[in-house]
Amino acid sequence: MASIDVQGVRKNYGDVEVLHGVDLTIRDGEFIVLVGPSGCGKSTLLRMIAGLEEVTGGDIHIAGKHVNHLAPKDRDIAMVFQSYALYPHMSVADNMSYSLRLRKTPKEKIASAVGAAAAKLGLDPLLERRPKALSGGQRQRVAMGRAIVRQPKAFLFDEPLSNLDARLREQMRAEIKKMHGDLGATSIYVTHDQIEAMTLADRIVAMHAGVVQQIGSPLDLYDRPANLFVAGFIGSPGMNFLEGTYHSGDGKADIRLSDGTAIPIRPREGLRDGYAATLGIRPEHVELKEDGSWQADVELVEPTGLGIILHLSIHGQSFKIFTADRAVLSPPPSLQVNFPEEHLHVFDEDGNRAD
Amino acid sequence: MARIAGKKSRLTWAVHISVALLVVAWLFPTVGLFVSSFRTADQISGSGWWAALFPAEQNEVYRTGDPDDDRVAVGDMFEVKGNIFEGEPRNISSWGVSSRDVSAFAPGETADMGDGETLTLADDGAYVWRGTDDQISGRGQRIFVTALVPPKFSLENYRTILFSGTGQDNMAKAFFNTLTVTIPATIIPIVVAAFAAYALAWMEFPGRALLIAAIVGLLVVPLQLALIPLLRLHLAIGIGKGYMGVWLAHTAFGMPLAIYLLRNYMVGLPRDIIENAKVDGATDFQIFTRIIVPLSFPALASFAIFQFLWTWNDLLVAKVFLIDATGSTTVMTNQIVELLGTRGGNWEILATAAFVSIAVPLAVFFAMQRYLVRGLLAGSVK
Repeated sequence: MASIDVQGVRKNYGDVEVLHGVDLTIRDGEFIVLVGPSGCGKSTLLRMIAGLEEVTGGDIHIAGKHVNHLAPKDRDIAMVFQSYALYPHMSVADNMSYSLRLRKTPKEKIASAVGAAAAKLGLDPLLERRPKALSGGQRQRVAMGRAIVRQPKAFLFDEPLSNLDARLREQMRAEIKKMHGDLGATSIYVTHDQIEAMTLADRIVAMHAGVVQQIGSPLDLYDRPANLFVAGFIGSPGMNFLEGTYHSGDGKADIRLSDGTAIPIRPREGLRDGYAATLGIRPEHVELKEDGSWQADVELVEPTGLGIILHLSIHGQSFKIFTADRAVLSPPPSLQVNFPEEHLHVFDEDGNRAD
Repeated sequence: MARIAGKKSRLTWAVHISVALLVVAWLFPTVGLFVSSFRTADQISGSGWWAALFPAEQNEVYRTGDPDDDRVAVGDMFEVKGNIFEGEPRNISSWGVSSRDVSAFAPGETADMGDGETLTLADDGAYVWRGTDDQISGRGQRIFVTALVPPKFSLENYRTILFSGTGQDNMAKAFFNTLTVTIPATIIPIVVAAFAAYALAWMEFPGRALLIAAIVGLLVVPLQLALIPLLRLHLAIGIGKGYMGVWLAHTAFGMPLAIYLLRNYMVGLPRDIIENAKVDGATDFQIFTRIIVPLSFPALASFAIFQFLWTWNDLLVAKVFLIDATGSTTVMTNQIVELLGTRGGNWEILATAAFVSIAVPLAVFFAMQRYLVRGLLAGSVK
């Protein structure tokens, strides 16, 4: 187990810079999730920590040791790949013990390590099988087993659940969380699935276009997104945004939409009078009230079982509401809604949060 | 999509006919050689190999026993009795006593030869020749028999070629010489090329792309171009003519294709597996021996088959780099060429020699053909 320290790490492919200086300190035993859309650099960062990509600039320390120029095999980390990357010509037991055999671990030790890992993951009856005789979920388990037999300094997961179907993904997600609870191993987990990020992480690192947007606990990111990207990326259905200009005076403030409608908010620091600003509110925080102050036209109703997603339009801007109230399954053509002040997020003209 | 993929071409019949023609064109001479190699020189000159599998009508000439020794007096006549087949019965369809009409009588009939002289031939070849003292004298009477002879094969040719033949006829030594050339000339290039292919596929180093381009370029260089300069080099550095020289030459000529084939196969192996092995703690050498080589087995096997067949059938490289004036290192292809000169008329010997030389490649092909097909398709379809 170890801490991982990433300082000012940059990555270039030719002239193209794909990571623009990432700083990240991971404490011993922490579960960090790197989340972001495809191409944001999260996998590249993970592979640089693993030693599979060269570091263009900056420093990476694992357990206090500078590892920029160390080969992957000397970093003592384990990695779980999206494609599982099992050795097709070896049995499950051989797959799991390969790293130990490479280290010339005594036979009895290998047997007990593989046995313990197999028992933990329910792989006992499969130990003699070849990977191609396993189902997707079993292969995923073998890939995890291969990582845990070695008791490495850190686990790196590269979208390990992306190839599984939804049900199995949910199940494996819980197992990964349980495994982390048991082992307490430092883990870095890359995903584009925000549910995985929210459920697994001690801290989430949200990335976009090679830049870290926000680092914080899952609820931090959910409740206080640092900028428009994080606000829009975290949460499903996504946050509603209303674009307008900020006006303040006399201890009052409002955001004026393009058609002149003013939505009153409390004054915020960091916002400049007359400049563009964006108002955000999560669909589940919008209140449906008969005496609500805003009229919305209903465009579409999406029942999900758990609740209902209403697609609305407010002053020409599209808008979503999530509610558990089944009365709106057949809604009138227009509704009245309220935006509770305590759930409003306001972002300045550069997209950064203003409080 | 379904229409394009599911519809059978109207030219399917043309494909089928072409395949059938190709198969026949390849099989016909091979089967002919195979059958001929089990026949005697007389059988080969008497009938085609396609007739060898069926009983054939054959005209044979026998003679009765010598009257001076065998005749017995019966009354005032004399008789000679016996059996023309002597324990090897034939199925007689007709017979005669004169070369002008060899099928005058059916079995069991009696031929009247004038002046009371008669000859009776039974089904089983038993005859009775009866006549006066004067008639039953001199040499035995000739009997012309038209009989159905069952197919007959012998291993005599193989005994000659492999064991008992003298000098040029005996191919046993040449057979082992060919093996001595072929086995190292197959293994050495595979080992070297596998290492090279791994490096070119998975190790980062400057100039890698140029090196690959150069190897592809070498594919088009005809080996005839290099024969004489290479031989001069071998002579100059003291390798001379011999097994070492021919191994090196075969290795060099096989290398571009070997590296090219193996690299293309290895580069198609999943990157994740190799990276996972790196993270697991494997060195490049361990990745190569424990992961890449086992996974590349189809490609290795298919190249091995190619190289084996080439070197086995090779005459040119052996003549240039191996065979010296003593002839003690002659290979089978060369010996067959010499046989053509010394035993040009003995088709049974030539057919047997040819079949001995193709037997091993046939066995190798049938033993490993699934790898050949898989290795050639490998990489093209996932």
